[in-house]
Amino acid sequence: MFKIIEKKFLSENVARLVIEAPYIAKSRRAGHFIILRIDKNGERIPLTISDADVEKGTISLIVQRVGVSSHKLCAMNAGDFILDVVGPLGKATHISNVGTVLCAGGGVGVAPLFPIVQAMKLAGNRVITIIAARNKDLVILENEMAEYSDELIVMTDDGSKGTKGLVTQGMEEVILREKVHQAIVIGPAVMMKFAALTTKKYDIPTMASLNTIMVDGTGMCGACRVSVGGKTEFVCVDGPEFDAHKVNFDEMLSRLGAYKDKESENYEEYVKSCEAVSLN
Amino acid sequence: MGEELNEEYYKAERKTEWRDKLRKEIKAKERTDISRVRMPEADPNVRNKSNLEVNKGLTLEMALSESHRCLDCAVPTCIVGCPVGTNIPKFIKYLEAGDVLGAAEVLKENNSLPAICGRVCPQEIQCEAQCFYVKKLSKEGAAIGHLERFVADYAREHGPTTIPVLAEPNGIKMAVIGSGPAGLTVAGELAKFGYDVTVFEALHDLGGVLKYGIPEFRLPKSIVDYEINTIKNMGVKFITNFIVGKTASIADLKEEGYVAFFIASGAGLPNFMNIPGENYSGIQSANEFLTRVNLMGGGNKDFDTPVHTGKNVVVVGGGNTAMDSVRTAKRMGAERAIIMYRRTMEEMPARAEEIKHAIEEGIEFINLASPIEYFADERGKVNKMRVQKMELGEPDASGRRRPVVIEGSEYDIDVDSVVIAVGVSPNPIIQQSMPELEITKWNTIKVDGNMMTSIPGLFAGGDIVRGGATVILAMGDGRKAASGMHSYVQADVLAKV
Repeated sequence: MFKIIEKKFLSENVARLVIEAPYIAKSRRAGHFIILRIDKNGERIPLTISDADVEKGTISLIVQRVGVSSHKLCAMNAGDFILDVVGPLGKATHISNVGTVLCAGGGVGVAPLFPIVQAMKLAGNRVITIIAARNKDLVILENEMAEYSDELIVMTDDGSKGTKGLVTQGMEEVILREKVHQAIVIGPAVMMKFAALTTKKYDIPTMASLNTIMVDGTGMCGACRVSVGGKTEFVCVDGPEFDAHKVNFDEMLSRLGAYKDKESENYEEYVKSCEAVSLN
Repeated sequence: MGEELNEEYYKAERKTEWRDKLRKEIKAKERTDISRVRMPEADPNVRNKSNLEVNKGLTLEMALSESHRCLDCAVPTCIVGCPVGTNIPKFIKYLEAGDVLGAAEVLKENNSLPAICGRVCPQEIQCEAQCFYVKKLSKEGAAIGHLERFVADYAREHGPTTIPVLAEPNGIKMAVIGSGPAGLTVAGELAKFGYDVTVFEALHDLGGVLKYGIPEFRLPKSIVDYEINTIKNMGVKFITNFIVGKTASIADLKEEGYVAFFIASGAGLPNFMNIPGENYSGIQSANEFLTRVNLMGGGNKDFDTPVHTGKNVVVVGGGNTAMDSVRTAKRMGAERAIIMYRRTMEEMPARAEEIKHAIEEGIEFINLASPIEYFADERGKVNKMRVQKMELGEPDASGRRRPVVIEGSEYDIDVDSVVIAVGVSPNPIIQQSMPELEITKWNTIKVDGNMMTSIPGLFAGGDIVRGGATVILAMGDGRKAASGMHSYVQADVLAKV
């Protein structure tokens, strides 16, 4: 059992949970994730470790409400327990001093981007960060990112905050303005696909952190497999980070939709059951 | 294949008065005339729609009748056929004498998981293959597996919960990595020696393949939990959600005072065939499919994990995992649940019993065929597979006739779900975290005769050493490793005095 120490909504549908997990706090590096299971009938879902405090023995997770499990998680409070948390999983991000690093995060992908921004900055890089969201209410981690970035660009689809436009436009502006040595893109698969196409045009090495469907997270099932440079890789053990220019994003997108019908069916039932409870 | 037969020991046991008397009660000729018991089975058309255990177990009368068949041989070769050296005639004679709980105690001397072994061991190629009936009389062997299962089940249902005799606790900490059959066996054996044992498990539930792999209709989960509880009652501690090599390293655990380690992390990495279209959605490894159903409750509306099933399901492969997958697919409502295997029925590595059960349950078999490509609809979901026919050529290194492609024999079949069950490879997490550990080119860990790896104090066994093998071979490794670890630690302790 893993105790929730703190919970805070960062935006309407995105919450940060601080969880007691001393071993994971000590072993985790930027890029690592965990798998959790809320209760005994729950599913196993992957979430990036967005921060950790070794002294307090805690890790931070950022979760967006999209389906049954994330709703249940967002409804939990400090003092509640999560049944299972396992990690740290995946390979840590390769952090080195390369010069100027352009970090672009879309939506809740800003959360897994944060520890990488932090580590890149501490490694002595010039870090330019772009955080993109549909509107101003969905922008998260602005202050945290600003603290570790030489420059922070906020973008919204509707222009309600920062610059109006898509993340790729912001990226292109930076690339045209100054020499970028490496790019890191994390967000919805579609966003990563177009961000990768953008940097490919300018021949900038680009890394994407993939968020595929997972079950065990330890390499034993291959649910998370993707094609990278024509070769099948398991995101949970070979990744989650890969050369964005080699990832087959179209295949990844169709695999992400494998359970869409089941997921929305489960979600509708869950919402109904919540309504029934609130009526009582 | 198992331990060497200590003939003197077994002869002395056999000479005890009660065994002598029992042998004389029925003439050998009468014993050999008794026909082998048949295991009652659930109706194929009922069981293939539920999770009902297929084998229903023997009645007391059946078990007693079968116990009379055992001739209590002077040289009990059956024991040699058992990878953990179960004292077979002794337990069967206790049963024949009517002391079922006594028989259960005998099983526990060498085996922490008898109710599991009685269900999943391939006895026909192990203990029963070495039975006097098979070797000398050309008759069906004593039904050792059925009897082991009967005795273990009877003890669970009727007896007090007992544990084997344990040595005085010595306070020495030992770590076991993985809670599958090998890890559980080592934990139980080390506890008997008096060690302070902790088992680290990566998943949220204990049992390894016994939980995520083998389905309920072949091995009820409550039985696995019961046998694990016995090991808990022996003082063994279990920590779930802990991946050694990730959550903490072996070096970290050494600092916490663990003096010896047993790696039993298994061969959990599924093989794919690397053919075009294999990553379309609807195509999954047997590990994924079985884990979703067995471990996560997929398909049960009370559980959150979804599982992909279809009307036309093809399972590629011919081993036990393939049989478990295809029979599970049938139970989840497949209209056609098909095994596709590149050799013939005769070469299938699955147990004959599982193949028989699958046929009874309406599983279709497409033999001498292998997929070469998959096709998908506009959403990327598999809807068709291209297959090529094979014929058998010359025997290969393993002695099995090699399947050879028949040119121009390709044809397509409609599918909406495919399960790949073409084998597994060792899980690389431990090796990746310890670059100095010697491994083979198959990524298995190298061990010596005592199951010790290239790093002193670090032992390994089961599938991480063998590649994908059986439950009972993993347990045999466990017994060997436990005595290796005991000798190692004793020598280490003595050296420090």
